[in-house]
Amino acid sequence: MTKLGTKPGREISYADALYEAVASEMDIDPSVFVFGLGVDDPKGMYGTTKDLHVRFGADRNFDTPLSEDAMTGVAIGAAIAGMRPIHVHQRFDFLLLCMNQLVNLAAKSSYMFAGAVSVPIVVRSIIGRSWGQGAQHSQALHSMFMHVPGLKVVAPTTPHDAKGCLIAAIRDNNPVIFVEHRMLYGNRGVVPEESYAVPFGKARTLKEGDDITIVAVSHMVVEALRAASHLEKVGVHAEVIDPVSLSPLDIDTIIQSSAKTGRLLIVDNAWTACGASAEIVAQVVEHFQQTRAIQVRRMGFAPVPCPTTKPLENLFYPNARTIAAKAYDMVKGADQHWLPEGPEAKEILEFKGPF
Amino acid sequence: MTKGVRGDNAVLLRRLYTSLYRIRRVEEEIVRIYPTDKIKSPSHMSLGQESVSVGVCEALRKTDIVFATYRSHAAYLAKGGDLKRMTAELYGKADGAARGKAGSMHLIDMSTGMMGTSAIVGTSLPLAVGYALAERMRGKDTVVVVFFGDGAQEEGVFHESMNFAALKKLPVLFVLENNTYAIHTPLGARVPAANFRERAATYKMPTQLIEDGDTLALLEATEAAAARMRAGGGPEFFEVMTMRWLEHVGPGDDLHLNYRTKAELDAWKAKDQVKLIGAMLDDAARGQIQREVEEEVQAALAFAEASPYPADHELYEHVYHD
Ligand SMILES: Cc1ncc(C[n+]2csc(CCOP(=O)(O)OP(=O)(O)O)c2C)c(N)n1
Ligand SMILES: [Mg+2]
Repeated sequence: MTKLGTKPGREISYADALYEAVASEMDIDPSVFVFGLGVDDPKGMYGTTKDLHVRFGADRNFDTPLSEDAMTGVAIGAAIAGMRPIHVHQRFDFLLLCMNQLVNLAAKSSYMFAGAVSVPIVVRSIIGRSWGQGAQHSQALHSMFMHVPGLKVVAPTTPHDAKGCLIAAIRDNNPVIFVEHRMLYGNRGVVPEESYAVPFGKARTLKEGDDITIVAVSHMVVEALRAASHLEKVGVHAEVIDPVSLSPLDIDTIIQSSAKTGRLLIVDNAWTACGASAEIVAQVVEHFQQTRAIQVRRMGFAPVPCPTTKPLENLFYPNARTIAAKAYDMVKGADQHWLPEGPEAKEILEFKGPF
Repeated sequence: MTKGVRGDNAVLLRRLYTSLYRIRRVEEEIVRIYPTDKIKSPSHMSLGQESVSVGVCEALRKTDIVFATYRSHAAYLAKGGDLKRMTAELYGKADGAARGKAGSMHLIDMSTGMMGTSAIVGTSLPLAVGYALAERMRGKDTVVVVFFGDGAQEEGVFHESMNFAALKKLPVLFVLENNTYAIHTPLGARVPAANFRERAATYKMPTQLIEDGDTLALLEATEAAAARMRAGGGPEFFEVMTMRWLEHVGPGDDLHLNYRTKAELDAWKAKDQVKLIGAMLDDAARGQIQREVEEEVQAALAFAEASPYPADHELYEHVYHD
């Protein structure tokens, strides 16, 4: 388990942290290049790739035709040839067009050829939310990739981890699905100026507490931290864990915390069925069987496609208040009917469309 | 403009102008209302591209079928989609075309053959082919039109769909709305040559180029193609040159992004099909259409305002079909 440094330092946004990670790796490693729809356009992927083509040349940050399937194969081919491509997708939903290449080729190549080739690609995928993104622009499909041996899946939440994980992903010799969230881009945090890698397979305990363990994924970490402060006000001390990397998964940190609190609530930024939350519960239950009864609950997207209309969209997602209420029930006993007051998350309130 | 066979057909011209002007006014009203945040839906505006949908759809029967993209306000309205249900959908209201679940990107009106649209580029193409296959299997002479952008032709599924449609001689009219940009990327950065009709021709289908989004030329071409397809002639391919006037998504102007020039856009605005067709009518006829459209548009907006939001329990409805 590692802890986030508390020393004062430079604060930058999540988006800028991603930019800095790529730029610094491109600087030291000529085999790193970026491509994907819109990476060199005037909006530069929300600023995360903004001027890489100016700084490093148009052949190292380039736009592509709308051909996700083939472009994924192109990334894999280039990786086999010794390059380190970063393929960027405006929405996670578009990765469904890449599935065949990622699952049948990228994930299998090292094993199938007994280590003769490696596929060091990074697939950046942005989860969308809010302003009516709707059914096809809001999906979070990380668990589909967690299912597949040979792929790594990371979902950093803080600007610090965004930078460190992206650097680690670029240096990794395997295909890495790098999960971002549109609502995290504006979040600011302390990010060292120097280059550093955040190792995969190590969770972060963002807040300590003895009453309940809340494990949250991606943007839900932000909501879980807000939930934890609601809970503090009523004397419930939640421990909040961000797995950071989903595959490999640092189950030990989660197990240790669950052993301490006896209660585990997992809040995924995705559906729960066959998801990251199901995997975490299974591993925890397998660990404690016959030795300890841990109370477990899961929260995630409602089991429906995401609707566009705001009132239904609000119900679709867990939020700080519903997370706090669920945790409170787990600690105090079912059906307490306690729901803290509080505004909607500011990054969601402030987000204005169209995209 | 065109051979002029219909240039003097006042009834037809009135119909075309009504459809064009109606879409234009709806789009302008969305642009006006968008900043109030009442429409919390990413809206890909058809403004500037109205004539593509109008020229094609005016040549279709009500029972013919249209598949389109996220940029489909024009196709929806041109095919006869209910305006009130569209505005309510954009407002996320319960009287919307999909009860607020779809927003601007997924408009549907089955009663007029406007099939639901998809926001994943290229994905409607094979659906149109499959629909045509089904209609043919049941002995119907339905024509299926699929509108798609110049970006969609880069997806593998475009070629796979064209190949299969041609192989099975299915009555699909492929209509490429060539506005020459995919978001901010010009054609030159995406294809070695923009020879889309040549590509279609390799699948042995007849192709046509329609310049300037020419409504009358498109109408005539569609009528002829539909007749051939109903007679078993197999798929055809249109490339229609057009231009969106606004940013890729949303109500704003985007010249500040410098991916296209003001001169380029102004040249398109100067040959605005809505104005050109309007100018073929006398002032009285045009004025009357404008008044009627205005009344309908304002009534549709009032309808959307007044409609309630869907009830909470609707979140869980329609995941599966009973
Ligand atoms: C498969 C897929 N890839 C990427 C996107 C993101 N995207 C949405 S619209 C668009 C451009 C499409 O351009 P074009 O087909 O020319 O249609 P236009 O917007 O010009 O009408 C892109 C890249 C998407 N929606 N789906
Ligand atoms: Mg286009």
